[in-house]
Amino acid sequence: MDVKIEFLQSIPYYSGLSPAELESIRRFTFETAAQKGEVVLLEGETSEKLYFVVSGVMKIFKTSANGKEQILQIVRPGESVNEVPIFDGGVNPVSAQAMTPVVLYSIKRSDLETAFREHPQIARNVIKVLAGRIRRLMALIEDLSFKPVVSRVAKILLEQVADETGPRPRLTQQEMAALAGTAREMVGRSLKTLEESQAIRLDRHRIIITNKQVLQETAGVSG
Amino acid sequence: MAEMPVIDTGKCNGCGLCISVCRCHALVLVNGIISMVETEECCWCTECEAVCVSSAITCPFEIVIEE
Repeated sequence: MDVKIEFLQSIPYYSGLSPAELESIRRFTFETAAQKGEVVLLEGETSEKLYFVVSGVMKIFKTSANGKEQILQIVRPGESVNEVPIFDGGVNPVSAQAMTPVVLYSIKRSDLETAFREHPQIARNVIKVLAGRIRRLMALIEDLSFKPVVSRVAKILLEQVADETGPRPRLTQQEMAALAGTAREMVGRSLKTLEESQAIRLDRHRIIITNKQVLQETAGVSG
Repeated sequence: MAEMPVIDTGKCNGCGLCISVCRCHALVLVNGIISMVETEECCWCTECEAVCVSSAITCPFEIVIEE
């Protein structure tokens, strides 16, 4: 399985690197695959590899003592997974599970450190990636603290269709609840409310966004 | 072929709760494991998913924008 230079070039970690520099990174990069439902990282365990999603979609989540799941992020192609244990040496703070069949590129922590030394641009890129991650987690805290459930559900629906070309995982009501930090029943109720306001239409296994503007207003986001 | 809820037979404990809530009789027990009868009448009420204690049935939604 060949690691593709074109893909490495497209990911934020390696932005601005020359073809020769990317070639040297490729030596450290390995391809791996995960089946739908496979747990790639388990909260509390140690791990030595950073992953990049090449194709497919993964969810990053935490699980409470009573089994409740909070999804922190849905990771799509080009995005990286597992920075925290790689950079602080601790255990995985979250679990990662493939929502679809997934292809990943991995790089070992020791090889990444070598890459940092040889190509300081990567370190600058990583700072930017991590700042973006903090910004996203702050937005999640804001949503969980201040927004009603129906707004959070509206925002989740909008996020799923934001990238017109990327993969769109199908979401169960349980997964929407885990994203919104609420109970499954509240998601069902919110979908009904959104349908009553004619922002969406439920068509069997499809949620059709019929009025994006109303959905954006409910979500409290601008178009 | 109609889209149907997804069953993970490895997780099914054969309790049969989903059969009791299914409005269109799409679910049956086969050798103690739940199985799906394909039917156009499944309205995707998701109640089978809601009552399943072992998360063996899922009813995923495709999210799309109206053309």
